[in-house]
Amino acid sequence: MTDPAPTTNPRDRSDTSQRMAKSASSPRTSRSARRTRTGRRSPLASVALLVIGLMATGGAYAAFTSAASAEDNGSANIADADAKNGEKLFQANCATCHGTNGEGTNQAPTLLGVGAASVDFQVGTGRMPMAVQGPQAERKPPQFTDAQVKDLAAYVASLAPGPEIPADEYLTGKGDVTEGAELFRINCAMCHNVSGAGGALTEGKFAPSLKGVSAAHIYEAMLTGPQNMPVFNDQNISPEDKANVIAYLTYLDDHASPGGLDLGDLGPVSEGLFVWIFALGSIVAITVWLTAKSN
Amino acid sequence: MSTTTAPAPNEQATRGTRFTSWAANYVDERTSMSGLVKELGRKIFPDHWSFMLGEVALYSFVVILLSGSFLTFFFQASMAEVEYDGSYVPLKGLEMSAAMQSTLNISFDLRGGLLIRQIHHWAALLFVASIGLHMLRVFFTGAFRKPREVNWLVGFLLFVLAMAEGFTGYSLPDDLLSGNGLRIIDGMVKGVPFFGTWISYLLFGGEFPGTQIVGRLYTLHILLLPAILVALLGVHMLLLIVNKHTQFAGPGRTNDNVVGSPIMPVFAAKAGGFFFIVFGVIALVAATVTINPIWAYGPYDPSPVSAGTQPDWYIGFADGALRLIPPGWELMLGPYTLSLNILVPILVLLVFLAVVAVYPFVEAWITNDKREHHIADRPRNAPTRTAIGAAGVTFYAGLWSAASSDLIATHFKLSIESVTHVIQAVTILGPIVAFFVTKRICLALQKKDREIALHGFESGRIVRLPGGEYIEVHEQLSEYERWRLVSFEEYHPVMVRPDARGRITQRAKLRASLSSWFFEDRIAPVTQKELESSSHGHH
Ligand code: HEC
Ligand code: HEC
Repeated sequence: MTDPAPTTNPRDRSDTSQRMAKSASSPRTSRSARRTRTGRRSPLASVALLVIGLMATGGAYAAFTSAASAEDNGSANIADADAKNGEKLFQANCATCHGTNGEGTNQAPTLLGVGAASVDFQVGTGRMPMAVQGPQAERKPPQFTDAQVKDLAAYVASLAPGPEIPADEYLTGKGDVTEGAELFRINCAMCHNVSGAGGALTEGKFAPSLKGVSAAHIYEAMLTGPQNMPVFNDQNISPEDKANVIAYLTYLDDHASPGGLDLGDLGPVSEGLFVWIFALGSIVAITVWLTAKSN
Repeated sequence: MSTTTAPAPNEQATRGTRFTSWAANYVDERTSMSGLVKELGRKIFPDHWSFMLGEVALYSFVVILLSGSFLTFFFQASMAEVEYDGSYVPLKGLEMSAAMQSTLNISFDLRGGLLIRQIHHWAALLFVASIGLHMLRVFFTGAFRKPREVNWLVGFLLFVLAMAEGFTGYSLPDDLLSGNGLRIIDGMVKGVPFFGTWISYLLFGGEFPGTQIVGRLYTLHILLLPAILVALLGVHMLLLIVNKHTQFAGPGRTNDNVVGSPIMPVFAAKAGGFFFIVFGVIALVAATVTINPIWAYGPYDPSPVSAGTQPDWYIGFADGALRLIPPGWELMLGPYTLSLNILVPILVLLVFLAVVAVYPFVEAWITNDKREHHIADRPRNAPTRTAIGAAGVTFYAGLWSAASSDLIATHFKLSIESVTHVIQAVTILGPIVAFFVTKRICLALQKKDREIALHGFESGRIVRLPGGEYIEVHEQLSEYERWRLVSFEEYHPVMVRPDARGRITQRAKLRASLSSWFFEDRIAPVTQKELESSSHGHH
């Protein structure tokens, strides 16, 4: 039962952005009633036991998730960046599309005013330099070292002011997880799915999976709104709340599904396929075996 | 057994046996149940794997009942606002309904709760899936023919009830996913001309989502629907016993007997074991694979919608039908909007289900076949029926895959528009193609069977004759194997005949033309004469 708004239907896209604007203009900073946790028994213990039990049977799970763990967390510092070097890199790698002064060409938009954050996101996630023409530039292994990315960012930022690379204090992955989860469901889940598994947009575009994306890149994605993603500026979602969103996504990365294998977090479709192929499939195999003539 | 020779009655019987025989007598004298038990005990169950699919459905239903009863002790069907204070960190302190809170508590703060929840949900998915497969088996083997048409209808109702049970259950936790599902239902109801809005208000006790719906669905889910389901299940089993089981043709298996194991004790033992196998598979899946992670969806709130919001698989075909309608199917009638984009899919689904329900009667009418049938058809031997079935399956599959169009698009790197267009084409043209292809395949298989029955199969052994010629040796089938291939009935199209008053009615003409469409292409079964003459030729 998909609400076709974000995915299927072009005419509904305006609706999506309206909703977005709505939730953005009245940022749902969340619930009124919110007490601090007091007097808890230790329910976590029994949950932990249950989880361990399920996990033990679930076996190979860990192997799947740990492969997708987070990448480097922007260790190079923008303050040490060398815009001169950045300019050289830019002329060699970016100017053909973005113009010698980043003014844009008919192949690519201008980079004046996109800021260091946008460059750090686009180049740091490997989207830029763009390789193939497709519905959207996709994440790929980054072509530059972290220091070079920062140099490029410093150069582009020197052309015209724009959003800066976020301060480390917001990138710790710590914060109010409940708040972050709520914000995520309201602002992001319609494209990225509640578990951050990703989802389809129109014309072959898609919102990618957010598993294992670094804190800095999450922050910058919100701040700069790459391609079809809306911009969530500091009025829509404050830097603290951005940190909370990051905290929630980090929580998801760190905690495997309490129920066992998550089947890609794709919801009922993968559950349905699983029940037909594996559950019913194995039962049918057993019936065939049980009724086979012994010979 | 040897005791029969030396009766020595009372002294040898121990206290225990005396008690059991007294009790058995006591019950029998008051209920005359022994006849029934004897009848039941001697009921024969043939052994082909596909005859066990109904059992799978039955056993998963038992698992559902057991796990569901457990869940009712802890679930609160209330939409009262509470604050979550359980142990799942990312929801802590959030306002939510008591239904959601209690489901979370079952999942995180009740020992074994999550496992039982997952068993319940997986078993539900398996229940409907096995019913579906069971129905396909019954359809393709023609086991719905007289005298079993009524039981087909009962089974169909069970299928619909199972889907209703599933959907009401899916809606109970009051998480984002179930709320979105209900929102769609609300939209569909509101699309009904004139009454839609009123029905919706009635259903939800006010404007959607209201504060009533979870309680109402709960009553349906644990009381009304299961009661009807169990009753119909009883009827289904009773009719099964009365009608006896169908069987595939084989030596000694005729239209008048059933060959297999009697229920008591062989089949009962087997069935008992099989129950635990089914239960075991469900438990294994439930212990290792997450289902419906409501903690990720969070409490229902009308504003957010997640990407990848789908119903459970058995409602997928309805969701898919909605998605396949091209944009802009709305008619303005003065101040009213006629939402064809909702009405058309609803109608298509109802017609589809109705066709499934009445198919046995339609086929019986077309073929004018009033005999009883206890031998299951091999699908190839009823090419037109098999082709109709294949067309139906293709249509259903089209609708079904449309429900996951967004995931197909992202996973195969396609655009959602082209995926939708391809599925639209498949859903409309696919059944036609499937019909003709299946029919040809069936006829070809029949021809091959005929060939093999008459001339044996190629053994792969090449012999060089004295003259230098090479031939491949054909081996004859054994009597047993041949039986399977040659024993099926041949049908002929119904002729147009004048009725008692000497008139040819429109009805008769329609039937004749449908019947000749049904049987126009056919391969005659091998006759005894042909067999004899061919075996003479070979020796
Ligand atoms: C093949 C052409 C091409 C090359 C080479 C290329 N880009 Fe891009 N770039 C594009 C296009 C097209 C877009 C707009 C679509 C998009 O955002 O993906 C874009 C977008 C961007 C944006 C986002 C602009 C915004 O509005 O936020 C940044 C930042 C960027 N490029 C930086 C770079 C940098 C830095 C390099 C060199 C390392 C580079 N690009 C190389 C084609 C290119
Ligand atoms: C309208 C749909 C939409 C919404 C809403 C949206 N995103 Fe995105 N998001 C996208 C798309 C499309 C991309 C891919 C952009 C690209 O490839 O350049 C993306 C990319 C991202 C990425 C980069 C992932 C990667 O693999 O590098 C992050 C992180 C991200 N989004 C986080 C968020 C967060 C957090 C929110 C909510 C505050 C959000 N998005 C809301 C559509 C959306």
